[in-house]
Amino acid sequence: MAVLTTNPAYEQVPGHIRYFDWTFFAALPVGMVIAGVVALFVGGVLSRFRDDMFVLVSVGFAVIAHRVFLFWQPVTRGPFGIHDIAKPTIGGLVIDGRLEFMFLSLGFLVLVYLASWLIVRSSFGRVLMAIREDEQAIEVFGYRASMFKLMIWVISAMMAALAGGLIASEQSFIDPNSFLLLEGILLVCIVILGGLGTIWGSLLGALVFVLLNEGMRFVPFLPDALIGQARLAILGMLIVALMLFRPQGLVGKFKL
Amino acid sequence: MSSEERADGGGFLETQGLVKQFASVKAINHLSISIPEKGITSIIGPNGSGKSTLINCLSGTLPIDGGIVIIQGASLRAILPHHNPSHGVTRTFQEVRLFNQMTVLDNMLVVLTERGVLKSLFERSSSAHQDRAKELLESVGLWEKRKDQVENLSYGQRKLLEVSRALAMNVNIYLFDEPFAGLFPAMLERVSQMLEGLKDQGKSIIFIEHNMDLIRRLSDYTFVLDSGELLAEGPVNEVLERPEVIEAYLGT
Repeated sequence: MAVLTTNPAYEQVPGHIRYFDWTFFAALPVGMVIAGVVALFVGGVLSRFRDDMFVLVSVGFAVIAHRVFLFWQPVTRGPFGIHDIAKPTIGGLVIDGRLEFMFLSLGFLVLVYLASWLIVRSSFGRVLMAIREDEQAIEVFGYRASMFKLMIWVISAMMAALAGGLIASEQSFIDPNSFLLLEGILLVCIVILGGLGTIWGSLLGALVFVLLNEGMRFVPFLPDALIGQARLAILGMLIVALMLFRPQGLVGKFKL
Repeated sequence: MSSEERADGGGFLETQGLVKQFASVKAINHLSISIPEKGITSIIGPNGSGKSTLINCLSGTLPIDGGIVIIQGASLRAILPHHNPSHGVTRTFQEVRLFNQMTVLDNMLVVLTERGVLKSLFERSSSAHQDRAKELLESVGLWEKRKDQVENLSYGQRKLLEVSRALAMNVNIYLFDEPFAGLFPAMLERVSQMLEGLKDQGKSIIFIEHNMDLIRRLSDYTFVLDSGELLAEGPVNEVLERPEVIEAYLGT
């Protein structure tokens, strides 16, 4: 998404040759489709692994992605990052204020929530639940579990691309460090914190996580230098406590 | 993976030199049997004789290590689990395998709805699906419990639900792995009625059982397995009289 909005008017990095100069709303859907296509290939490989190996291979892909962003300089500008990412414009109105951006994000949130709700309510959603419970048992009834998993994987990647596009535009700058493994792990923590098996749980998890993250700044006597570290430590302890006392998460329906 | 070819005048449900090996143990040892079409067939034998393994191989739940399986004329060297309905096969498991953290109704609906990935994404369970689910759940007295999580049902109720879920599949061959195990007499009666109902519809039922009264009462034909090999086969009363069968059961 960010790459597509790059524009030649700004400072040039040696070797950087790709300019698209698209608007936000043109780049976003294309970015989502690209994410979906990449997910299709990555998912095809991942589907050959399960359990522990699946986790290891996913981590492998995360590391590869980071390296690709770091060294594919003609497109990503590598460690220089991409700046001046396009802000969304609606009918000549540029959305760059924090409040306006929040409302735009909330609009997308409603759309994604609705899409998730429709997926869960569909026959497809019911099959996904059955796969979660007993993959081999549902296959016996004629479902190709791997195809269903690949589909939801692609849909999830497109949703993530939407969120990524919003973040990139809001912050107007991204670099390869936006794609560190830690970011991915934090996202998983948010989902577990809120609770598996519900859409609402992931929302709540994100809310709690962000409030915790931002709230730490107001803790008295905590040196500024420690805040960043303390956030992660507290989140880690919270997850451990949750697994011990409430394995289904804050509002989750599904027990691991 | 699945190599499929039409066998010439092949059997209805047949194994030819079927082998299934766990480490150095041959759970099924070059087994060649031909299960009769229509009616109720029982598979009996001592513990570890390969009964469950046979059903697992026929339904693709375990990969076959050797030999072929012929299902309704199709000759198969490998069976993928999701091909079962297209082979006209469905099954239940020895250990009940329902979707525990889903409702009773969802457990039933999930085997009735669209199989295709894209189509299922745009499908809500239709009133036809709902009606069929209601009919099946009512037949086992579980309609009132349709909103309960399956993990909260009693063992007997779960067993009934699994058998009725298999009945939701409109296929020709039903494989039941110990459908009566652990059931109270009333429920046991209910399940045997369900098996006989299938038989009346002209379906083929294969079941594993240990209770001799049930075996005598229900089965038209019987296979006796011992150490993964065929010990005897034939009409049930005749087979159960044979000295080698009595010996295998009473032990030596």
